[in-house]
Amino acid sequence: MPKQLEKKHPLAIRWLHWINFPLLALMIWSGLLIYWANPVYGIRLFGYELFKFFPQGFYDALSVPQRLAEGMQIHFFFMWLFAINGVVYVIYTIVSGEWRAIVPVPGSLKRAPYVALHDAHIIKKAPPQGKYNDAQRLSYTSVILMGAGSVLTGLAIYKPLQLSWLTALFGGYEWARWIHFWLTISFVLFFLVHVLQVAMAGWRNFNSMITGYDVVDVPVDTKELPIQSGEDAAT
Amino acid sequence: MSENKEVLAEKVREFEERTGHTVDSYPDDPNNTASMLKEHRYLSEPLTDGEAAKRIFIRSRRSFLTAGAAAVAGILGWSWISSETKTALYRSSFEFNESLSRAFFRPSQLAKEFPLSSVTPIRTNGYEGLEGEIDPAKWTLAVGGLAGRVDDLILTLDDIKKMPRADLVTEFKCIEGWSTIVHWTGVLFSDFAAAYPPKTRSGAPPDVAGSPHDLVEYVSLNTPDEKYYVGWDMPSILHPQTLLAYEMNGQPLRPENGAPLRLASATKYGIKQIKRIGRIEFTNERPKDFWAEYGYDWYSGL
Repeated sequence: MPKQLEKKHPLAIRWLHWINFPLLALMIWSGLLIYWANPVYGIRLFGYELFKFFPQGFYDALSVPQRLAEGMQIHFFFMWLFAINGVVYVIYTIVSGEWRAIVPVPGSLKRAPYVALHDAHIIKKAPPQGKYNDAQRLSYTSVILMGAGSVLTGLAIYKPLQLSWLTALFGGYEWARWIHFWLTISFVLFFLVHVLQVAMAGWRNFNSMITGYDVVDVPVDTKELPIQSGEDAAT
Repeated sequence: MSENKEVLAEKVREFEERTGHTVDSYPDDPNNTASMLKEHRYLSEPLTDGEAAKRIFIRSRRSFLTAGAAAVAGILGWSWISSETKTALYRSSFEFNESLSRAFFRPSQLAKEFPLSSVTPIRTNGYEGLEGEIDPAKWTLAVGGLAGRVDDLILTLDDIKKMPRADLVTEFKCIEGWSTIVHWTGVLFSDFAAAYPPKTRSGAPPDVAGSPHDLVEYVSLNTPDEKYYVGWDMPSILHPQTLLAYEMNGQPLRPENGAPLRLASATKYGIKQIKRIGRIEFTNERPKDFWAEYGYDWYSGL
């Protein structure tokens, strides 16, 4: 079967994506150093604490304790690079038209579960898609909004007097910190699923995020097909 | 003709089987999400398997070399930078953030004030400079850097309490990340500075309310034993939500919360709200600061 090289990811997107990786990792790591100083969150059900963020062994294993100042140094330096990288990404995505592949379209919410079912090998056929399927559209758009949410809740915690309107928007200082924390947990969960999906999608897909290119089959010219729709096929 | 169609139909079945996609899903079925937003595809001319493999190999080699070089440069570069340089880098980033924060600082920008019923239990933290007992009756406050005098002015607690009383119910924020709502009572620092005006930069007579920008830039405060000390920028300490407090939640300050006189402010973290003040000095030199010496942000402004 004849092949084609398809350019999937522009150079700028690839650089911004890979630069974001260490930056987000540093923000999460330094955030953990800061969080340790007041580690109050957990998952509670009927007053019973199912999980505490985080168990002492977790802190000790990563040698987190007593590093608040260092955490703040890292956080308030790399926050600039993280935010700038994110803003450049969003601007590039809009200007280049790449947003078309990423934003949800009508029906995305409805089809996304079928993508998940297909990924889990429960159903055989994947729903129609573009460069990204509907589950990807939803999660990639969400993760960008989460980034914006982290920057905004971060500012609300960082400058609750000077940006008191922003802090108030998130329900006050304590809620802003709570949201900031859960957005971080969500980034970690996104990362785990993302890495798993990339691993399952295989080498060529991963390679395309490095090189920009994938090898695809020359599409069958559907206009010549007798089975385009049920009616045509019946004739 | 029908034979051709059979061949194509076979191809379609094979394609669907192999990829899990319906063949009409990509690229030009109207239901396809790509066509809804007119997503573009960038495809090369048809190639043989061998040619496609060769081209992707060349591209991969180039990209992986670039990416690998960038990653190695990043990691080696960062580990090559000495820890002193990193500390300096972080300090200058704190100072950059400070200058930005100060550029947007407005005395009219106020923190939210709460009703008295919102006050939460006291949480005490930080005992540096609080060793030993202090008798409020014998305690005095030394004030240096005043306009028109060289030596320190010595004040008693009664001198402070004679000034107009002010109340402040705001969210106290610890740099550790927790907060409590506290009712402070005391004297607005701006009232104190108006009563005992600091030196000016120009040498002109001070006008605390009218031209605060001409006052010396900083205020240095320390405990009587000088074991705890903080530095403040003038605009933050003159902010209408900064007090020299002698009461907390309607009671005289307890020793562990800073009796007989402490700073209370909505403009900075608790580390800056020094307890048991012994001396205040108005100065043009950026004062040393206890926690800044441990790597915290000197400004620590909210």
